[in-house]
Amino acid sequence: MSQSECANLLEVRDLRKSFVVAGAGKKMLQALDGISLDLARGETLGLVGESGCGKSTLARTLLMLERPDSGTVRFDGIDPFSLRGKDLLKFRRRVQMVFQDPYASLNARMSAGDIIAEPWRSHKSMYKNKRERDMQVRGLLDIVGLGAKAADKYPQEFSGGQRQRIGIARALALDPDVIICDEPVSALDLSVQAQVLNLLNDLQQQLQISYIFISHDLSVVRHVADRIAVMYLGRIIESGPTEAVFDRPNHPYTAALMSAAPTLDASQRRERILLKGEVPSPLNPPSGCRFRTRCWKATEICATTAPPNALDLEVVGHSAECHHPLLEEGSVLASA
Amino acid sequence: MSTQLDLVPVKPTTAIVGEADTAAAKKRGGSKWMRLLANDHVATAAAVVLGLIFLTAIFGPMLVGGLATHIDLDNSNQAPFTLSHGWANVLGTDPLGRSMLARLIVACRTTLSVAIPAVLISAIVGSAIGMWAGYYRGWRETVAMRVADVIMSFPSLLLAVVVLYVFSPSAANIVLVLAITRIPVYLRTARAESAELQSRLFVDAARTFGASARSIIWRHVVPVVLPTLLTVATLDFCYVMLAESSLSFLGIGIQPPDISWGLMVSQGRTYLHTAWWLSFFPGVAIVITTVSATILAAWARIATDPGQRWRLTVPQKRLNRYAKTTKAL
Amino acid sequence: MTAVIDRKAPIDQVDADPVLDVDGMTVDIRTITGTVRAVNEVSFQARRGETLALLGESGCGKSMTATALVGLLEPVADVVGGTAMLGDVEILNADRKKRREIAGTELAIVFQDALTALNPLYTVGTQLAEPFRIHHGMGAKEAKAKAVELMARVGIPQPETRVNSYPHQFSGGMRQRLLIAMAVALNPSVLIADEPTTALDVTVQAQIMALLRDLRTEYRMAVVLITHDLALVAEEADRVAVMYAGNIVETGSVAEVFAKPKHPYTKGLLNSVPVNARRGDELKSIGGSPPDLHAIPEGCVYQARCPLARDICATKRPTLDSVGATRKAACHFPEEVSPGREED
Repeated sequence: MSQSECANLLEVRDLRKSFVVAGAGKKMLQALDGISLDLARGETLGLVGESGCGKSTLARTLLMLERPDSGTVRFDGIDPFSLRGKDLLKFRRRVQMVFQDPYASLNARMSAGDIIAEPWRSHKSMYKNKRERDMQVRGLLDIVGLGAKAADKYPQEFSGGQRQRIGIARALALDPDVIICDEPVSALDLSVQAQVLNLLNDLQQQLQISYIFISHDLSVVRHVADRIAVMYLGRIIESGPTEAVFDRPNHPYTAALMSAAPTLDASQRRERILLKGEVPSPLNPPSGCRFRTRCWKATEICATTAPPNALDLEVVGHSAECHHPLLEEGSVLASA
Repeated sequence: MSTQLDLVPVKPTTAIVGEADTAAAKKRGGSKWMRLLANDHVATAAAVVLGLIFLTAIFGPMLVGGLATHIDLDNSNQAPFTLSHGWANVLGTDPLGRSMLARLIVACRTTLSVAIPAVLISAIVGSAIGMWAGYYRGWRETVAMRVADVIMSFPSLLLAVVVLYVFSPSAANIVLVLAITRIPVYLRTARAESAELQSRLFVDAARTFGASARSIIWRHVVPVVLPTLLTVATLDFCYVMLAESSLSFLGIGIQPPDISWGLMVSQGRTYLHTAWWLSFFPGVAIVITTVSATILAAWARIATDPGQRWRLTVPQKRLNRYAKTTKAL
Repeated sequence: MTAVIDRKAPIDQVDADPVLDVDGMTVDIRTITGTVRAVNEVSFQARRGETLALLGESGCGKSMTATALVGLLEPVADVVGGTAMLGDVEILNADRKKRREIAGTELAIVFQDALTALNPLYTVGTQLAEPFRIHHGMGAKEAKAKAVELMARVGIPQPETRVNSYPHQFSGGMRQRLLIAMAVALNPSVLIADEPTTALDVTVQAQIMALLRDLRTEYRMAVVLITHDLALVAEEADRVAVMYAGNIVETGSVAEVFAKPKHPYTKGLLNSVPVNARRGDELKSIGGSPPDLHAIPEGCVYQARCPLARDICATKRPTLDSVGATRKAACHFPEEVSPGREED
C-alpha cells in the first residue's frame, strides 16, 4: 500500500490564523497561534477548551472554510491549501463536519432526503443517477437509525436527536476519512446524548473514521476520545492520551479545568481549584505564557518567555507547555 | 483508498424510526397547496377574484370585441344599473356612448400588461443583484447598495414623468421606467436576507462540500428569500398599478385610443358631478385588484414558510380561540 | 504559591420546617390542538440552608414549575390546581398586590440567559438599584451605593466604576453574577435558579456555584436549582426531585437517590451519563423518546420506555409514595429498580 498508510492521517504544524476586527484602528485577533496536532486513522482526538480558545476557528480551518496565515496541514501527505479547483473539490470529500446546533444546521425548507443528498450535487461523479442516489440516501438513513421513510419529512418533524442523526448522515454522504464533531451532543437531552454517542462509536468501528471531537463536557470527551488536546487562547497547552491528561494533568489550567467539571462519580472528584478572574480577551493576550494572569504558579519568567514543552516522563505523547509543570519531578523539558 | 459505503444496512444499535405521521400530515403534490388555500377562506376569495381578473385580461377583449370602441352618440353618458340600454351598458356609458363594461374589460388587459412585466423585471433583476451582493459582501455589496440609494433618491414618479416626456410614452417605456424605479426595493430586501444567511450553519455546511457560490445561492438563499420577495412583489404590484394609473391620469401614461383603468379615471375627472360612474368603476376595479393581491400575498407568506404553515392547517375557529389570552401579572 | 481551593462550606444548618411548600400544583397550557397538562400535581418542599434540585430533561415541566411559582407564566398557561405556601402566604392564587410584595423580598428567580434578562438600555447600576427603590423607597444615591455594595459582594471587580456600565459590556459570567445580585438584593427566603450555568464555561460555572453556596449561607436562603445536569446536582444539591413529562417521579436526598434510585427513569438517566463507562463501551441509553404531552397514556407516564413495565402500569397511575424515611418514588415496583444490596 502507499507509504501514507503508516504515517498519520492528519498532521498540523504551527498553524496560525488571525482575523481583523473592526474597531478603533484595525485590531488583529490571533485566533490560532501556532497549533500542532496529529490524528491517526480510526482515532478520536478530543479538543477541549473554553470560549475564545479558538477551537471553532481550528475546526473551520481544517474544513478549509478559512485559509491559515501560516503553518502546514498535511492530509495523507498532501497539503489541501495548495490545491485548486477540481482537486480541491475532490479533497473536500475527505473532511466533513457535524455541527452543534441540530436546528440551525439543517435548512428547514429542504426535506431530510434532500439535505443528505445535497453534498452529491457538488460531486456529481459519485452517483450516476437518481435511483442510485435514492438508494444511497435510504442506506444512510438506515445506518444512522432513522427509517427510510424519513427521507420525505422536513426537519421540523424531527426531534433534536433525530435531526442530529440527519446531520451525521449528511456528513457521511461523501464517505469522509475525518469527521469533525463540533459539540455534537451539547444541545441534546441526556437520554438522547447517549444514543447519538453510541451511534458515533458504532460508525467509527465499522467505517474506520477518525473524529476530532470538540466538546466542553469533559465526561463526554473522556468517554469518546483516545487522545485529548486542551486549548487556551489559541494554543494547545496540553495534549496526550486521555487517561493521562485526566488523571495526571501537567498544566495548571488543565488541572483547574478537570477539577471544575462536576462529576457523578465521587471517587473522581478532586479539590476544586478556583481560578482568578476570567479568560483574557483574545485581542490582547498576555505576554509570555498566556495563562499567567490566572495561574497560581506564575513567576517572573512566565511574563517574559513563552513556555517550553514539558514532556511527561511516564506517558509517551503527553506534553504540556509550562515553565512550572505540575509533574515537576515527573517531566522533562523538551529541547527547544 | 476508502471503499464505497456498504449499501447493506448495518444493524443500528439505537434505532429510532421516524415518528408516526402527525395530525397535520402533508399530502404530496399540488393538492397540498389547494388544501392550505382552502383553509383560509378570505385568501380563497381573493384568489378567486384575482383568477377572474386574470382570465378577463386574457380572454375578455376577444369576447367583448368591438363593443369597447363602438361609438354611439345617442347613448352617451347613460347611467348604470339599468338594462334599458342593452345589457352591454349595464355599467353605464362614457361620453362617446361606449360601453363602460367593455372598456373596463379591455382596460384590464392593458393595465395588467404594464403592471405584471414591470414587477417581474424589477423583481428578477433586483433580487438577483441583491442576492449576489449579499453573498459576497465586500465591494460588491457597497456598489450595489449605493446604486440602489441613487435610484431611490429620485422621486420615482418625477423620474417617470421626465423619462416619458423625453422619450415617447409607449407601453414598453412605461414598463421599463417603472421597473427601474422599483429595483431598489427588491435589491435591498434580497441583499439583507442573503447577507443574514451567510452566517447560518447550513450555508457553512454547504461550503464544506465544496458547493460553488452559484449553487449555494440557488439552493439555499433563493428558497429562503423567495417568500419575502413574493410578499414584496405582490405589494409592489399594487404600487405599480397605482403608479401607472397616476401616470395615465397625468397624461403621460397610456395614450388614447389605448385604454387603462388609470386613464379611465382620468378621463372621467371632468364628469365627476354628472357622470360619476366614469371614474368610479375603474377606481373600484383598481381597489379590488390591489386588495386581493395583498390578501393573497399575506397567505403566500405563511404558506411558503414551513415553520408557519401549521396556521393554515387548523380550522379558523380554533385559531381564534387560541389567540385569546388571559391577562398576565 | 498554592491554588485557591474551593473549600465547600460545611452543610448549612437546615431548618426543620419548609419555607416553601408546594402541594399538588397543576399547570395547563391551551394549545391549538387542545389543552395540555404541562405540570401535573407537583409537590415538593424547600428549606432554608438547603439546595433542592429539580432535575429533568427538556419539556419535563421544571421551568414551567418555576415560572408558575413566581407568577410569570405565559398567557396561554394557567395554574389550575394546587397551592404553594411561602411561609404563611399562599402564592399561587395570590393577587397582584401580594405578588408584588413578595417579589424579590421573599421569592427571587435567576434565569438562564443573563443577556436577555437584563435591559440593554439601562446601566447595571440602575437595574441593581431598582429593587431598593421599589421596595425600600430609597433615593437614587442611596440605592446606587447599595448597588455598588452588591456588585462587590458577588465578586465583580472595580464595582465603583463598573456600576455605570451597560450589560453588554460584561462577560457571560459577570452578567450571571449581576443577575444573582439582583435576585439576592432584598434578602429573599427562596432563590430559584433556572439553569443558571448552562450557557457558561465550566470554570466560570464553578465560580458561580461557589458564589451561590456562599450567598445561601450568608442569607439563610432556600435554593431551588433547576437543571438537567446530573453531575451538577450530584455536587451542588442536597435534595433532588426528578421530573418526567410534568410529573415528579422521585424525591429524596441526592446521595440516596443517586446511589440507589427507586424509579426506572432515574436509573436510566444515571446509566446514560458517561461516567464510568470505559472508552469504547456502549452507553446504556433509554430507548424511545419523551411522550407527546398531548397524548399522555393512561397509567404511568413512563411506561413506554420502562424496562419494568407490566400490565398494571398501563392502567393505574402510580402515586408519589414513600419508599424510605425521606424518600418518595412514583413507581409500582420501586424495589426492583435498586434492590436492597449496594450496586457495584
